[in-house]
Amino acid sequence: MIMEFAELIKTPRVDGVVLHRPFMPTVEGTLCLTGHHLILSSRQDNTEELWLLHSNIDSIEKRFVGSLGHITVKCKDLRMIQLEITGMEECLNIASSIEALSTLDSVSLMYPFFYRPMFEVIEDGWNSFLPQNAFKDLESMTDEWRLSEVNKDFSLCPSYPPLVAVPKDVDDETLKKVATFRHGGRFPVLSYYHKKNGMVMMRAGQPLTGTNGRRCKEDEKLINATLRPGKRGYIIDTRAINVAQQAKARGGGFELEANYPQWRRIHKAIERYNVLQESLIKLVEACNDQSHSMDRWLSKLEASNWQTNVKEILTTACLAAQCIDREGASVLVHGTEGTDSTLQVTSLAQIILDPGCRTIKGFQSLVEREWLQAGHPFQQRCAQSAFSNSKPRYEAPVFLLFLDCVWQILRQFPCSFEFNESFLVLLFEHAYASQFGTFLGNSAAERARLCLPEKTVSLWSWVNRPQELERLTNPLYEPNSLVIWPSVAPQSLLLWEGVFLRWNRSSKCLDEAYEEMVHIIEYNKELQTKVNSLRRQLAQLETEDPLLHTP
Amino acid sequence: MEHIRLPKVENVKLLDRISHRRRRVGTLYLTATHTIFVESEAGVRNETWVLHSLVCSVDKLAATPSGCPLLIHCKNFQVLHFIISKEQECHDIHLSLQRLSQPGDYDELYCFAYKPNVDEKERRQEWDFLDLKADYSRMGLPNSLWKLSPVNQHYKVSDTYPADLFVPESATPPVIVGSSKFRSRGRFPALSYYCKDNHAAICRSSQPLSGFSARCLEDEQMLEAILRSNPRSDFMYVVDTRPKLNAIANRAAGKGYENEDNYSNIKFQFVGIENIHVMRNSQQKMLEVCELRSPSMSDFLEGLESSGWMKHIKAVLDAGIFIAKAVAEEGTSVLVHCSDGWDRTSQVCSVACVLLDPYYRTLRGFMVLIEKDWVSFGHRFSHRCKHLVGDPKEVSPIIDQLLECVWQLMEQFPCAFEFNERFLIAIHNHVYSCQFGNFIGNNQRERIELRVHERTHSLWSYLWANRTDYTNPLYRPNHSQTQGLLRASTSPYSFKFWKGLYNRFDHGMHPRQSVEDYLRAIQEETQQLEEQLTSHTQVGQGYADQPQKEDLSDHIFSFTLTYVVFT
Repeated sequence: MIMEFAELIKTPRVDGVVLHRPFMPTVEGTLCLTGHHLILSSRQDNTEELWLLHSNIDSIEKRFVGSLGHITVKCKDLRMIQLEITGMEECLNIASSIEALSTLDSVSLMYPFFYRPMFEVIEDGWNSFLPQNAFKDLESMTDEWRLSEVNKDFSLCPSYPPLVAVPKDVDDETLKKVATFRHGGRFPVLSYYHKKNGMVMMRAGQPLTGTNGRRCKEDEKLINATLRPGKRGYIIDTRAINVAQQAKARGGGFELEANYPQWRRIHKAIERYNVLQESLIKLVEACNDQSHSMDRWLSKLEASNWQTNVKEILTTACLAAQCIDREGASVLVHGTEGTDSTLQVTSLAQIILDPGCRTIKGFQSLVEREWLQAGHPFQQRCAQSAFSNSKPRYEAPVFLLFLDCVWQILRQFPCSFEFNESFLVLLFEHAYASQFGTFLGNSAAERARLCLPEKTVSLWSWVNRPQELERLTNPLYEPNSLVIWPSVAPQSLLLWEGVFLRWNRSSKCLDEAYEEMVHIIEYNKELQTKVNSLRRQLAQLETEDPLLHTP
Repeated sequence: MEHIRLPKVENVKLLDRISHRRRRVGTLYLTATHTIFVESEAGVRNETWVLHSLVCSVDKLAATPSGCPLLIHCKNFQVLHFIISKEQECHDIHLSLQRLSQPGDYDELYCFAYKPNVDEKERRQEWDFLDLKADYSRMGLPNSLWKLSPVNQHYKVSDTYPADLFVPESATPPVIVGSSKFRSRGRFPALSYYCKDNHAAICRSSQPLSGFSARCLEDEQMLEAILRSNPRSDFMYVVDTRPKLNAIANRAAGKGYENEDNYSNIKFQFVGIENIHVMRNSQQKMLEVCELRSPSMSDFLEGLESSGWMKHIKAVLDAGIFIAKAVAEEGTSVLVHCSDGWDRTSQVCSVACVLLDPYYRTLRGFMVLIEKDWVSFGHRFSHRCKHLVGDPKEVSPIIDQLLECVWQLMEQFPCAFEFNERFLIAIHNHVYSCQFGNFIGNNQRERIELRVHERTHSLWSYLWANRTDYTNPLYRPNHSQTQGLLRASTSPYSFKFWKGLYNRFDHGMHPRQSVEDYLRAIQEETQQLEEQLTSHTQVGQGYADQPQKEDLSDHIFSFTLTYVVFT
């Protein structure tokens, strides 16, 4: 074992530990701590054992009744488990080790660097979604865009990937100038091309206009290059107008009409990351409230603002999609940094507009393009979940909210997605704690520096195997080439039970219903196959039949 | 027809409820039974029909430059917003509809005018479709513990009770009559459900006229008789479904609740369901929230909370669970009552039955249940649903709450019910529509006086004839989820808002693809495939049976093998 871990584990093994988990029988067994896992083994066959990644632990609480210690382990996937450990010293040692091991600072000590796959990698996920391949698809539809290598050493924009798609007529020199005018160097790049009418969606960081209304001709030229002659575009600023105004004082700002006469700016109010983290904490608290009062539940649910955030994000995504598909206009989306609410909007708009994003592979590609490559700081945002005692710094459920919104659309269009809810839950879990390297780091640059493709396994390598795909496939799926417009009425937006009530109520009956549904569909397919083969055989018999009668 | 001041108005606009900018233009017709809006745009023949009996309120709003708005709220939660260009026309329509939607007399109700193309013999058979006695014999009654009592023939003892009632074997007529005199409206304890596996029973009644200290020996004997009809149990529950304060207040009026000291071996329990007035106001507030045109999430959730609606639904379900558990798990009999024993008592008894007995979760069983605990036991449908013009304080959505409790259970147990949401909504619609005779009047006696069975059609056989529309594709009678007691959760987060009913006509709010319809289509296809498979294999068999068997090629040989595998 690596020295760092050995020092942290004072008591590696305790016997006679009792484990309580939601919906499972209590188990007594031996608790073992390894560098990355908390393991409980009853040493009996056919008994469920606990293998919990330390990185999945959000916080722990300990209390003593005499010398019997109770440790409550609260996980990032919102599960809570209890351990009963006899012996105060053992209990304290275990608790302090868990605390230390679950809050390791160094990325290189994370489990993905130690994990060796126990499965055969059919397709290396690290090569599944290369930008150059995505660009080939684009090239087949339009020649108005080019792939620029201006950021190949991450110097222009540290949060962008080395390759980005930009208007063909805009050269790298221009891009360099634009980068200085946009927050974090995030100059406008292509996010989505709408094949139906050739309109595009771009995303960027806020323009650095400051209080004295600085302008950048190159920036104007860049985004104007995406407009058809005589056409106007829309700028969707994900901040409320007053928030955008205030940003000027800190050097940020928004596009002034005078400088961007061909663009109409619309402000929407999507919350910033620290507010979202508060919202998650309150929601989870409401879900775990033991009181049986309906009033209390509804008022806590309301006060958490979680559903409000879902509604706001979905509404903005619908707006962006509407501008593109209905108004036939191109769209530029940004907030402040362009790494959070911006990505929620651009990725959800694509789910709405592009049937390709509703397939399993297409959705992986979307997560790869619009979140990982686009520089959503996963490691910062997902460092802590709803139970953390430490004051949040950069943590925020931005990605979880995105998944929640996708789930809402999935609920409304249950036959239009190739994947099922389990896939979304899986992505939530792995974004917060994983044996795979996919969600490590905060940007493409960091991932390159960490040599993740060489040193870790990609989540996609694991997902894209037949047995996993089968579990994640929606049996109701029928490709739907249409744009799908979700309802954003409060009545239509539900609490995502699969995540937030997952550990509070048994899902047995709902799981059974799902199995029943699968059974109905499978049986139908089975019969279809039989009937078809019988038909073929009968047809053959009929052609052969006259021969039988020949004397 | 004399109430129709204006039979037809042209150039009327029907506004979309959510987005008023979207509107349809057409002609509005008033007939004796319906308001009909026919869209006049070229190429479309879009019609909206609204039964007058479903109209809950008609409001004429202040005139605007574009015309005079007329707002129609329906009992099935449809809201229609018309703009009529001329004020006078709007005025005439308003007055006509107000009169048409509030008949003063039973004979004006639609069920007496509704004449589908069915001959008299068939119509009479419709009323034989459900037989409550058959349900009691399904329960195993009569037996040595429970008997059918003739005491209420001709409604002599209680005019709001059915004529046929099951009572404990040991309850003599003097005991029953004595007990009935000590109960509001003479509604003495009678059997609602009997569990033949463990002899536990659910009985129902109205409140005792106990005041502060009154006693009634026969009533005490009646309860003892109920207890004795459950030989394995040494006590029984008496569940007062009212909040304790309400029950105490009733004592001052000479009514009240059972004193544990006077009755031997009872455990008394309040379950705190609010009265009809609270429920009416609560639903009104909840509907106002549903009607907001573009509410924020907070508007919606705060409004829903302050309406109290979900809290009331939870209270009804909690009470049903208490009783179901007492019967199934403790084997203890329960007497349930509220004040008169026809609102909360009906709700709670039927919720308990749905939880307890898989039969009541089937299409036919649920119809029987409503027939038993609601229609026959005298839930005052015509008052509660305002079938006629009358006291607005008598109106209350008690049946809505039952249907919603069942819907909440369906959400928790998707495979346990033979019927679907559409079935509940259809029942809801027709409880109010007055198209069928089932819910006309307030009790059995009134329906007999109205000769409902001779003059109207029955909803139950109509629903049964259309049962493919109302069947849940996930239901399997032998599924483990279908069996036994449903262990429902009543944690607040287990309750959902029933947009399918309360926002029924806001089509944009509902899922755009229905899993249920998809599965039903698949099941129909599966059925066809099964038939094809049978016929193909028979044809194959025909080939195989031909006499030239020695000449059969290997191929045909393999085919017969396939057939063997199939069968």
